[in-house]
Amino acid sequence: MSRASTAPALDVARVRADFPILTREVNGRPLVYLDNAASTHRPRPVLDAIEQFYTVSNSNVHRGVHRLSQEATQLFEDARATMAGFLGADAREIVFTRGTTESLNLVAFSYGRATLQAGDDVLLTHMEHHANIVPWQLLCEQTGATLKVVPITDAGELDLDAFDALLGDRTRIVAVTHVSNALGTINPIAELARRAHAVGAVIVVDGAQGAPHMAVDVHTLDVDFYALSGHKMYGPTGIGVLYGRRALLDAMPPWQGGGDMIRSVTFEQTTYNDAPFRFEAGTPNIAGAIGLAAAARYISALGLDAIAAREAELLAYGTQRLGEVEGLRMIGTAAHKAGVLGFVLQDIHPHDIGTILDHEGVAVRTGHHCAQPVMERFGVPATARASLGIYNTHAEIDALVAALAKVREVFA
Amino acid sequence: MSDLRDLYNDVILGHTKRPRNFGPLDGATGSAVGFNPLCGDKFVVRVRVEDDMIADVRFEGEGCSISKASASVMTETLKGQSVAEAKRLGLVFRDLAMGNIDGAQRLEDLGKMAVFSGVAEYPVRVKCATLAWHTVEAALAGSDQPVSTE
Ligand SMILES: Cc1ncc(COP(=O)(O)O)c(C=O)c1O
Repeated sequence: MSRASTAPALDVARVRADFPILTREVNGRPLVYLDNAASTHRPRPVLDAIEQFYTVSNSNVHRGVHRLSQEATQLFEDARATMAGFLGADAREIVFTRGTTESLNLVAFSYGRATLQAGDDVLLTHMEHHANIVPWQLLCEQTGATLKVVPITDAGELDLDAFDALLGDRTRIVAVTHVSNALGTINPIAELARRAHAVGAVIVVDGAQGAPHMAVDVHTLDVDFYALSGHKMYGPTGIGVLYGRRALLDAMPPWQGGGDMIRSVTFEQTTYNDAPFRFEAGTPNIAGAIGLAAAARYISALGLDAIAAREAELLAYGTQRLGEVEGLRMIGTAAHKAGVLGFVLQDIHPHDIGTILDHEGVAVRTGHHCAQPVMERFGVPATARASLGIYNTHAEIDALVAALAKVREVFA
Repeated sequence: MSDLRDLYNDVILGHTKRPRNFGPLDGATGSAVGFNPLCGDKFVVRVRVEDDMIADVRFEGEGCSISKASASVMTETLKGQSVAEAKRLGLVFRDLAMGNIDGAQRLEDLGKMAVFSGVAEYPVRVKCATLAWHTVEAALAGSDQPVSTE
């Protein structure tokens, strides 16, 4: 955190003013939005970039000679360059997808299907989102490869000894989340990458909860693939990115066929386009990519280190305040954590907690968070989860704690 | 703004804390598992049908306050009813949970189920309230397919 301490602090009041939705009310109370791990809101510059595209340059990309198509293509490719800069990558290493889920499926069904054989291992962790489990299960069914799962500790940290024991020369792919959406745990990606590479495996990182909350440089982390979603980093829904190391992307076969991903088509033979275009069949989400780039510029201007420092401070405050609530048990207490506060309260079902909090204007998520293995690991059917973003405040944590007192009152 | 107590009223909270007919059932003639993937609610409902009458009905499992209380009230409502009447009451309850009941006309029909009238104000909770009813229908039909609200 030494870098963070030198970054200018986040001006949260100014940030809040950029998000029009934050002025609305729920049940006659100011909205307290603590569901950022599910989806964040979008600031003015993102909304403006999308509107600007549709009102000025709207057209299809890559195929037109007319002015609007040239402008749209320029904006779309500029967006790719912005996302490359955001991740410390080259523009040729950035594939636009629908989001993290599609990015991970792309790796599984292009890279994975081309390389895996019976007898090979895919190594996952017990804290993965279903999006980083199911594609690998499908892939293993199709190829005869074996899925192995690294256990987690009671604090919700990866068991690194078990990781080493499960990693071997049969391991071809290590798929791991940067940050757990259910527990908040930040995994030591650079270290895991080093170990994966030492046995000749590639490492695929689910960055859905990483990219919005800390500076990510794919070269510093030395990862092979990194997946992210626009809507979790203050950008639009329906757009995301797959970063792929250039040498890997260049060698990967297409996974979906259609326009834009080809160079020439005859009924006898089709020649495919180069990466990343080879992986972008059909008309892409042009406005989404432009909006996502605006979001990346927005949080980069605030400073990812400043964001990480602010969210760490708010997390510490939230952890302390929730600790004061009688009967509350935190789920996810890793030493190195992002702004996720998962908890259960007495034997009150999280769904009831969620309804009562909503009544108080406090939006949290309740359920299994698409991480059923995590719930099973901690012996709970579901948790309530407050997840933090750049616009959250100490007062909002206080509102959460006050609303939890209401929950206890109802179920007293 | 609706009052929270319309949903979490004392009767519902009472059934949550002390569910009736909760536990296994000897000599069951039918059973079904009901699952609400949205929130992880999971109940087994078992019935013992004799001469087309529900001689006993019990449930087990885990769920939120609304789903558990609803299952509890359902068992009380259905015990001693004919299978056909149970089906009809299931439809009445679904109407109630979705707010499709015109009060006076069917009030006498609702009996204890009436405490769930507040659920209609909370659309995402309707599935919690109706889970046990869907499940008992499957148990009575002798279907061994798990019931899912999704
Ligand atoms: C850790 C993690 N991985 C993957 C996903 C899936 O993201 P998306 O639904 O945007 O594809 C999510 C979002 O819920 C997530 O939190």
